[in-house]
Amino acid sequence: MTQLQGIAASSGIAIAKAYRLETPDLSYSKNSIEEPESEIKRLHEALDISKSELEKIKEHTRNSLGDEHAEIFSAHLLVLSDPELIQPMEDKIKSESVNAEAALDETANMFIDMFKNMDNEYMKERAADIQDVTKRVMAHLLDAEFPDPALINEQVVIVAEDLTPSDTAQLNKEFVQGFTTDIGGRTSHSAIMARSLEIPAVVGTKDITKQADKDVMIIVDGLDGDVIIDPSDEQIASYQKKQAQFEEKKKEWAKLKDETTVTDDGHHVELAANIGTPDDVTGVLENGGEGIGLYRTEFLYMGKNQLPTEEEQFDAYSSVLKQMGDKPVVVRTLDIGGDKELDYLDLPDEMNPFLGYRAIRLCLERDDIFRTQLRALLRAGVHGNLKIMFPMIATLEEFRQAKAILMEEQDNLKNEGVDVAEDFEVGMMVEIPATAVIARQFAKEVDFFSIGTNDLIQYTMAADRMNERVSYLYQPYNPAILNLVSNVIDAAHAEGKWAGMCGEMAGDEIAIPILLSLGLDEFSMSATSILPARTQLLGLSREEMKGYKDELLSMGTSEEVVSFVKEKAGLE
Amino acid sequence: MVEKTFKITSADGVHARPATVLVQNAGKYESDINLHYKEKSVNLKSIMGIMSLGIPAGAEVKISAEGDDEQEAIDHLASTMQNEGLGE
Repeated sequence: MTQLQGIAASSGIAIAKAYRLETPDLSYSKNSIEEPESEIKRLHEALDISKSELEKIKEHTRNSLGDEHAEIFSAHLLVLSDPELIQPMEDKIKSESVNAEAALDETANMFIDMFKNMDNEYMKERAADIQDVTKRVMAHLLDAEFPDPALINEQVVIVAEDLTPSDTAQLNKEFVQGFTTDIGGRTSHSAIMARSLEIPAVVGTKDITKQADKDVMIIVDGLDGDVIIDPSDEQIASYQKKQAQFEEKKKEWAKLKDETTVTDDGHHVELAANIGTPDDVTGVLENGGEGIGLYRTEFLYMGKNQLPTEEEQFDAYSSVLKQMGDKPVVVRTLDIGGDKELDYLDLPDEMNPFLGYRAIRLCLERDDIFRTQLRALLRAGVHGNLKIMFPMIATLEEFRQAKAILMEEQDNLKNEGVDVAEDFEVGMMVEIPATAVIARQFAKEVDFFSIGTNDLIQYTMAADRMNERVSYLYQPYNPAILNLVSNVIDAAHAEGKWAGMCGEMAGDEIAIPILLSLGLDEFSMSATSILPARTQLLGLSREEMKGYKDELLSMGTSEEVVSFVKEKAGLE
Repeated sequence: MVEKTFKITSADGVHARPATVLVQNAGKYESDINLHYKEKSVNLKSIMGIMSLGIPAGAEVKISAEGDDEQEAIDHLASTMQNEGLGE
């Protein structure tokens, strides 16, 4: 038995055997062979099994992500049937008497080099496609296991260094009980995806991949952040009990699904959810979300090789708005750049991507991309209760400019005789401290604020949230953050506007009483946090919490805040 | 042998998706099918062959087919070119 401590990224308990998601060692030795015919046969067997796997992955992707995403696998399949690729391999085996591994590698590399050297971004990416598919064939030739999360058909816990968004999208909830990784934090992509898929997860364990062998039993405790490798029978029994208790608690929460969120003293606050795709809406409704406080539109732009069209975007936005009916849907316009890259935009590498060319900065310069999105939003807006917000606003000029482009496109669409949303709110994210400081001036022009805490904290504390060595500075309860948040809420209320929060902090049990005391109107969080948050809010008195506001804001350290809140809000 | 000439009207030239469909459809026929562009010609059943040509918008290309089902092949590919908005 070995126990590791990581970061609890998605709640729940998973008990199953380990499935290691990693690229196997594909090194081979070049040998000369006696019988070319049997070597060619071996090559074809590896090709055939690779093709049948790709067919399955394509089918799975089509079902989970749609035709568009499945198309890439059609191209991969064609590469594996390509006579111009296969014939030279066979020729090589025959004329040079080399083994299939060498023939595959050398022929594929010739094509990869050819595509890489083409003066065309698109062609360069094809080199990556060939590399991808030949790795799979090579693994079969070497009898190495090539992991495919989409093909898992038994109950497992995924063990990986990290999970990419596309890995996570392939996970089948029926079989994948949980996952655990070496790196990452509560706000990394894999953690956010785990919560929206409702899969228990512990990230940032540092060396789970070194500790956990294939098929060993693993317990992932996404409530407390523990991972136990090769547990004893007693441990398994005790975690099964914990699992059952958690399920019980979830049932209790579920009873509150159709209730509104009213504090003990009768004050209503809105509990909304953060989503990334139209498919997430089901989870929001099942968890009793009163709206969507953050629709991250960048997923429409990721994992493909060109910009999404206006129609594609219109379909996605309309789907979300229709599913939510008259409940509010706050859509954040494209937030790309920084750590979220798009290969096809060919953005230059930057020294400080988080302080660089991203989000609204990029959209105002590439207004072709921006306008397409705004048109799709304006058209979709007739199907529901749309609110639009701009990310990474630093100055009033930026907000004015973005809003002017929005209004221009509204006029253009009207002149074209297209139905568009008329009355909708236009707001902004508050994630740059500069805007929190002069929130009063912004409040005169925006319809609402939504505070993005993940970035606001890292910019205020000047600490990269991905850098583990400075992670102690990621302090949501630091009085500096609380004063900024309070300033934003007060500024909104002074102008009769509303203020929400869409960072991880909004669903946190220590932050909730604080935010209630500061007067926050809307809390937007992972769908699975909504019912626990509602349970907590039902037991809190807003008036009482408001009485602590001045005291909280004048405290000196994060620890003081935490121990004060724990005592006043009755948390252990 | 039968041949047919096309002008590429798609703004992106011969790009991924239509190229995939062309190769898939060419693969359904027994005939030898080639795509000619400038001085080069490639096997139309090869996705990498097609991609390596990097055919731009406005280019003139020729498809040739030779074999028992050459006429069906060329007709089918001509309609594929049109359906995929590639050229005419």
